[in-house]
Amino acid sequence: MSVTIDEVKKIATLANLEFNENELEKYTHQLNTILEYVDQLNKIDTSSVEATYHPIQYPDVFRNDDIKESLPIDKVLQNAPEKTWQYFVVPKVVGP
Amino acid sequence: MNKIFSEISMDLKNEKTTCKALIDSYLQNIEKQKELNAFITVFDKEKLAKRAEQVDSKINSKSAGKLAGLVVAVKDAIVVKDERSTSGSRILENYISPYNATVIERLENEDAIIIGKANMDEFAMGSSNENSAYGNVLNPIDTSRVPGGSSGGSVVAVAADMSTVALGSETGGSVRLPASFCGVVGLKPTYGRISRYGLSAFASSFDQIGPIGNNVEDTALLTEVIAGLDSRDSTSANVPVPPFTDQITKGVKGLRIGIPKEYFGKGLDPEIESSIRSAMDKLSNDGAEIVDVSLPNTEYGIATYYILVTAEASSNLARYDGIRYTHRSREAKTIAETFVKSRSEAFGEEVKRRIMLGTYVLSAGYYEAYYKKAQKARTLIKRDFVDVFSNRIDCLLAPTSPTVAFKFGEKTKDPLSMYLSDVYTVNINIAGNPALSVPCGKNSENMPIGIQVIAKDFDEAMCFRVGHAIEKLV
Repeated sequence: MSVTIDEVKKIATLANLEFNENELEKYTHQLNTILEYVDQLNKIDTSSVEATYHPIQYPDVFRNDDIKESLPIDKVLQNAPEKTWQYFVVPKVVGP
Repeated sequence: MNKIFSEISMDLKNEKTTCKALIDSYLQNIEKQKELNAFITVFDKEKLAKRAEQVDSKINSKSAGKLAGLVVAVKDAIVVKDERSTSGSRILENYISPYNATVIERLENEDAIIIGKANMDEFAMGSSNENSAYGNVLNPIDTSRVPGGSSGGSVVAVAADMSTVALGSETGGSVRLPASFCGVVGLKPTYGRISRYGLSAFASSFDQIGPIGNNVEDTALLTEVIAGLDSRDSTSANVPVPPFTDQITKGVKGLRIGIPKEYFGKGLDPEIESSIRSAMDKLSNDGAEIVDVSLPNTEYGIATYYILVTAEASSNLARYDGIRYTHRSREAKTIAETFVKSRSEAFGEEVKRRIMLGTYVLSAGYYEAYYKKAQKARTLIKRDFVDVFSNRIDCLLAPTSPTVAFKFGEKTKDPLSMYLSDVYTVNINIAGNPALSVPCGKNSENMPIGIQVIAKDFDEAMCFRVGHAIEKLV
């Protein structure tokens, strides 16, 4: 499989990234090189193989739904690029 | 050469030195070797002096923890309270952590002293440490060569005597590869062995924090303090942590050591092969039984790895949105522009490339062909290790890298050639097993060679035991 420059533009939109034309060309070329390499996985028959999501299987972890101390709000907000009172500030969002 | 921590600890107890003097000497070494660029942040001198004096007084009153005086460099992906933590990225340039990672809490509870935050490839993505937003880290043995990545700064701090030990992190070889390039010891623990609370996420079904030391004993000590169940990381394993340091001198007599033939094929530097084979001979002379084994799906490791980790990374890195704790673009006027411009301005090239690849393999129409396929290949790779260990094999030995440290710029133009540097490390991360890289001599250009000891899940004790034997023999 190979990707076209238009597909790379679409992926960039999905990933919330933007590129200029030169970068788009470079990424298209590099992604194709990598995809060509990973296509070798098609050599393996995996029709009867289950997927592995985690290398080590653990039982699910449960805990009681107790209230615990969390970080104070001023600490949580200390790294926000813009904030006011107890809130993150974002550009105005008006839905259609 | 550098002292083993147990000797430093003895000197502290016998008042031959103080933590204050140790810190001063490490700070001097950092200053003298600034060009190596091993640190992104060195902690404030006065704060360090205060902390050293605190530990000194605890030593005097015989109430000090077992790491009293151990000076640790910490990869910048692991957060330390009230200190900057960038993960090697512009996007976190001004991030000050409001909390400590679990590993930091555990180190400080035993009176270790954190000296600073080590340089790294941006978000741990890289094999050469050429992807840091804060500049390249240089290999102290030959500064025209890379130190290896992504934990390059942590490894160089240890190799160039700027800290006693260090913490790095591994997703596909990021501790073992630089450890082998710089001639130190580095562990990739079993997946789940060490809590990742406070480690910035790259690929969550792979990421592990990894201890680094000048010798096996220090690395074992560091591991036994930070390992173990943590309620704040639901993937941390409820498996008891044995005292690793007590078992390292048991020797190799009677052990069955497997040599996976796939790790000795085309592409392996002949000088490295002969070093590894000579170590095998010495272990055999010491009573180990050397057994030829096979991990037949090894060749699919890199392809499987780069599909799965980029997919996970594209999801994990979605949190960098320009709103909550990251760089925000000044150009952005709408919320959508805030996301796109903040990310595009502040992520580096390799990070963007991986987000793009990961987004692609997860996108509609390609998910089954790539992502699902790779997860199935993961099952086969994992099964190889399970099968080999079920056949009375105690550990495997293999080279850590097919080459010694390469030159700057050698692989930056072709991302795939860089990815292939991880050919001997990624399969172990795919499978989850522990592996320890230990120095195994030098090549004709005086560059270090690394050998890795791969063990069963949660059998780090075996890695340290065999690693220690290699350290003594080579």
